[in-house]
Amino acid sequence: MKKLIAVLLSLAMILSLAACGSKDETTKAPDTTTQAPAPESTQAPAPESTQAPAADLSSIKVGFIFLHDPASSTYDNNFYQAALQVQKELGLKDDQFIFKWNVPESAECQDTAEEMADAGCNIVIADSFGHETYMIEAAKNYPNVQFCHATGTQSRTVNIPNYHNAFAAIYEGRYLAGIAAGMKLAELVKAGAAPKVGYVGAFPYAEVVSGFTSFFLGVRSIVPEATMKVVYTNSWFDIALEKEAALKLIGDGCVLLSQHADSEGAPKACEEKGVPNVAYNVSTINLGPNTALISSKINWAPYYKMVIEAVAKGESFATDWCGTFATGSVELTELNTKAAAAGTQEAIDKAMAELKAGTLKVFDTKNWTLNGAHLTEYLADVQDMGDFKPETNVIIDGAFIESGEQFRSAPYFDIRIDGIDDK
Amino acid sequence: MSDLKNMDPAPEKAAAPAPAAEEKIREPLFHIVKRADIPKLKAWGIRLIAILLALLVNALIIHWLTGLNPLAVYKSMFDGSFSTKRKFWVLLQNTAMLLCIALAVTPAFKMRFWNLGAEGQVLIGALSSGALMFYIGDKLPSSLLILLMLGAALLSGIVWAGIPALFKARFGTNETLFTLMMNYVAIQLVNTMIAIWVPSGSGVLGIMNSKSNNGWLPTVFGQKYALNIIVVGLLTVFMYVYLKYSKHGYEIAVVGESENTARYIGINVRKVIVRTAALSGCLAGLAGFLLMAGSAHTVSSTLAGGNGFTAVLVSWLAKFNPFVMILTSLLIEFLQKGAGEIAQAFRLSSDIADIATGIILFFIIGCEFFLNYRIMFRHKGKEGK
Repeated sequence: MKKLIAVLLSLAMILSLAACGSKDETTKAPDTTTQAPAPESTQAPAPESTQAPAADLSSIKVGFIFLHDPASSTYDNNFYQAALQVQKELGLKDDQFIFKWNVPESAECQDTAEEMADAGCNIVIADSFGHETYMIEAAKNYPNVQFCHATGTQSRTVNIPNYHNAFAAIYEGRYLAGIAAGMKLAELVKAGAAPKVGYVGAFPYAEVVSGFTSFFLGVRSIVPEATMKVVYTNSWFDIALEKEAALKLIGDGCVLLSQHADSEGAPKACEEKGVPNVAYNVSTINLGPNTALISSKINWAPYYKMVIEAVAKGESFATDWCGTFATGSVELTELNTKAAAAGTQEAIDKAMAELKAGTLKVFDTKNWTLNGAHLTEYLADVQDMGDFKPETNVIIDGAFIESGEQFRSAPYFDIRIDGIDDK
Repeated sequence: MSDLKNMDPAPEKAAAPAPAAEEKIREPLFHIVKRADIPKLKAWGIRLIAILLALLVNALIIHWLTGLNPLAVYKSMFDGSFSTKRKFWVLLQNTAMLLCIALAVTPAFKMRFWNLGAEGQVLIGALSSGALMFYIGDKLPSSLLILLMLGAALLSGIVWAGIPALFKARFGTNETLFTLMMNYVAIQLVNTMIAIWVPSGSGVLGIMNSKSNNGWLPTVFGQKYALNIIVVGLLTVFMYVYLKYSKHGYEIAVVGESENTARYIGINVRKVIVRTAALSGCLAGLAGFLLMAGSAHTVSSTLAGGNGFTAVLVSWLAKFNPFVMILTSLLIEFLQKGAGEIAQAFRLSSDIADIATGIILFFIIGCEFFLNYRIMFRHKGKEGK
């Protein structure tokens, strides 16, 4: 070991001598620092936040933990782009935002989170569901650092003030994307196709079930006779499996597809087969110029900004936070007018206005049945005690109350409603 | 036809040297000769040159691809392991886990039993000890539970490696494929058990017994990883002695060199194969136990993280010497931590860091060629000299 270190050290010295003569002094090339110069120049007008006394952001340091590399994972890229946007908007320096890719859901996550705390981060944010228990352990060890975890379920039960969960009411976005799908499906049905939709899901987990059900209800609001077949890949990220699942659904006669999995497998399969597709987290128009309709996505920038500003002011913030249309967290990507049916944008706008006004509820019990019956009560596992026992009635005033301040940010709708076949 | 015409100039060129060849049977430009033995100092000199070259090539490639100062990149590579105490401990822990698996595959490889199933053997060890935590984790005192977990992990590792070994000893099946396939069985078994244990369907088990810490190895010297590291350290010494000074070690070496010789001198080859493979699986199971009880406290299909295969490289590079394996596993973990740090410090895609570590490994493995073979260049005439 000593030998190796000695060798490497001496090498470093030799190289340093060599480097003096060369033009290595230009430390950074344009291609790697596309983001870097921007914040510098925008520093002056940066504090555009509406609060009069802008918080002092110089002490802020945020560590971001990613499950995969954003270069290949659309899911992680969605977080990464939001972080870059926030860095730019708040005029933070490069060393105030540190990123770590490929952090597995194991002890390495806790090590990484604690390394970031060691390095002076006052906020650490992890993006994958399986990071949660490790983030909780790190939060216990570093009570003065805020640990934020996207998609997690335990902050309301572990009661650690510096441990936070966050999610968004993405089911509303999914519903609107479902309307775009429904409009297209109506067009296909008119041309003689069967009203059958396919969905590639990751795991048979509430987040996925809630996502495909809200999407399906959006479709049904336009095509009431529609049915949907769901295939699970049992993996969050597997390009080959997702593509295979998509092809299987198309082979089974599904005329329109959507997915909740993190790769480009399904959109590509759809483009190959000429089947319309609705995506998630990222616009796939570049992958499927003729078939991609629209995507719903969570914009994490509002949450990041809220957290950073709260920490800078020394204020506490919610341990369980749920973004909405109002916070700017739930978004739709650009509609691909080339592939979408006529009148889609108008239909989406109308439904969005109703959702915002509260006159339309996605999980209104009038719109769906379980074994032919409209539910009036449903116990969901909202309080995550690790026992997987449902304890809270979430059907109130004729609607299933999904993700929000009332119960929990992470989804808990896990009912397989009539019309959806996930077997 | 016109195509053929186009090709005309080429044969001419090729034909040109022919007359020269006729004059005298010329030696090729160089040829390769096996080295009998090489002095230690010279061997280390060659390795040093290889690392120097690797760093130089890396520096050029990094600068060419990213425009970064290679020195700053190398500095952050060191920071990945040595800038804080925690990072150093994590380096030691990761090294210990990789080393443990490398020690596991070593006796099998020395016997030329190509155990590519360490990944699955680690998983099955972690899974079986995790199953005990899941089902009786709160019913037993922690110390008793830990002992049972250890037993279960070792036993399941033995079974996982023993099945292919029995088939090889009985029916002469190919152990390379068999052990490899057993990995997939283990992965699916892990996924199935998680699906049963986690009814919400998320596929994530999370930390087990995080409140009671039942079935967690105790903290030693205030360091949660210290015990893992000590256990693997002792195992390294054991493996060295076992291979070098024990009768078993001798039998392994003979069976590896020639089964017929082994038979001739009265070694029960079948027994040695099964026993050695079982030991291999047993130690991989131990690695699974250490991951479950000593660090991750969970199981997932990616728990071993490819270390079951990297371990083969570690063992091979060290020529099956357990003490040299400390070095090789440390090098690989150092490179991996360094790669992660580079990606973080310069916001690069992890691919660049992987390229950098790949180049270093390429040179280090490549230099072994020059340690085993000598390149003889063509002599320039004047043979009388």
